Amino acid sequence: MSISHAPPDSPKTDISVKSDLEQPVSAVEVVPLLPASSRRTRVPRWLRRTAGPVLLLLLWQLLSSTGALTADVLASPGRIAQVGGDLIADGSLASAMGTSLQRVAAGLALGTLVGTGLALVSGLFRVGEDLVDAPVQMLRTVPFVGLIPLFIIWFGIGEAPKVAIITLGVTFPLYLNVYAGIRGVDTQLIEAGESLGLSRWGLVRHVVLPGALPGALTGLRYSLGIAWLALVFAEQVNADSGIGFLMVQARDFLRTDVIVVCLIVYAFLGLLADFVVRSLERLLLQWRPTFTGR
Amino acid sequence: MATDVHRPVSPRAAQAGPTTQAGPTTQAVPVPQAVPVPQAVHVDGLTRSFDGRAVIDRLRLDVRPGEFVALLGRSGCGKSTLLRILAGLDRDIEGTVLVPRRKAVAFQAPRLMPWKKVWRNVLLGLPGKPDRAVAERALKEVGLDHRTDAWPKTLSGGEAQRASLARALVREPDLLLLDEPFGALDALTRIKAQRLVGELWQRRGCAVLLVTHDVEEAVLLADRVLVMDDGVIAHEQRIDLDRPRDITDPRFAELRAGLLERLGVDTAAEAA
Repeated sequence: MSISHAPPDSPKTDISVKSDLEQPVSAVEVVPLLPASSRRTRVPRWLRRTAGPVLLLLLWQLLSSTGALTADVLASPGRIAQVGGDLIADGSLASAMGTSLQRVAAGLALGTLVGTGLALVSGLFRVGEDLVDAPVQMLRTVPFVGLIPLFIIWFGIGEAPKVAIITLGVTFPLYLNVYAGIRGVDTQLIEAGESLGLSRWGLVRHVVLPGALPGALTGLRYSLGIAWLALVFAEQVNADSGIGFLMVQARDFLRTDVIVVCLIVYAFLGLLADFVVRSLERLLLQWRPTFTGR
Repeated sequence: MATDVHRPVSPRAAQAGPTTQAGPTTQAVPVPQAVPVPQAVHVDGLTRSFDGRAVIDRLRLDVRPGEFVALLGRSGCGKSTLLRILAGLDRDIEGTVLVPRRKAVAFQAPRLMPWKKVWRNVLLGLPGKPDRAVAERALKEVGLDHRTDAWPKTLSGGEAQRASLARALVREPDLLLLDEPFGALDALTRIKAQRLVGELWQRRGCAVLLVTHDVEEAVLLADRVLVMDDGVIAHEQRIDLDRPRDITDPRFAELRAGLLERLGVDTAAEAA
């Protein structure tokens, strides 16, 4: 019984003019809505972002210059820059960086191999999961830095214990993320692959591994962070070369300027590693809309 | 001749049983006696239980080669389960299921591998090393040849669904299984996609099983509409309207109303 249509004989009323309402239309106060850009300050964002650190540096320099901050507590920024320049000029920083980079590279390569290998075994095979996952999860809870004394007994004081510590640190985050990546692959896609007639190996190659790649790269990022951390620990023990050695030496002579230079180098290397992984992600994950490069 | 392209979807549990012990070729021998007309799909006594509850209960279904069958039913009636069984994705079954060796599925979600470009998705799983031109031909057929090199995530919903159709068609299936392929599309795109499927079916001549909950879509496309309820085919309706079909045709409305009533939707209230 509901009437959803107007009766055909109803007069066409012009709804824009309310002719039957004789009351004058009261004036409505209108305010202009300004575009958001016109309200912004003229100072560009990057400038505001850099202002903070620069101010901090200035404060630091001021404190050092006035003598409030003595050199054996913390050297002044100017002094640090000068020492950094000297260390670069005489080649000692470059050679220390080379040694340290080599250690990280070796540990990272080994750890990637072990971590990804184990994750593939336990991610792809149920037997592998039963055999591998429990021991790895147990070992994961041991703080790897605590193993340094044991590693020194096993491997001596040369390069081997340092690389071993980095390897150990790198292995677990990679294992966890690759394993989670494999197990997190969309079952709908696996089913689609099956319906397309892919073999088991075809499914692994075309569906599971590419699907696990974002997780694997996240793991690599974590691993890189831990690799530097492990390097710092490893190099503070019985090192005769590398950045850690420079730092230990500087500590003995109360050279806070050299220590800060070394810290800056560590930070710089970390940034560099992050940049490498980002580039890798951009290259390998270009299918993700977020990585089409902006 | 038709029997040799058939392959039973053998139930895992009954593999050792006396009825399904024979391989595909030897099993084909008793089948022609049971099925005088060659069928693209032959299902008999199919049962699929989840935790002891039979979702599909001794179901019978025959689809002729080249026939377009739509399968309607309320959600949860087991129609998608049936499709998954026919696709060979669900083998925890009892009963006889014969399907063509060459079959393809298009799912409700396009399920394209996001890490493969559209044309690689189309060729995925094909035997040998098929040429890119094969994919391009299939994409042209669905009107997507301009997106051959695109990443799947950059496609619109309609485009992705067409890519999924191309991926199914490139396998030259004797049976095309469509699991609510238009469900996620907006109304306008859906009309275009339905028309496309109708055209492709007429050109290819493969048997199609379309699972849907859209009665209008079923009447628009199918030769025969089946209504599934309580794990069996509860109702069957031939659609003899001429193609292309006109939804404003009174006979169309009549068929639609009849099927809706079968599905438990009271169309009388709508008409008043």
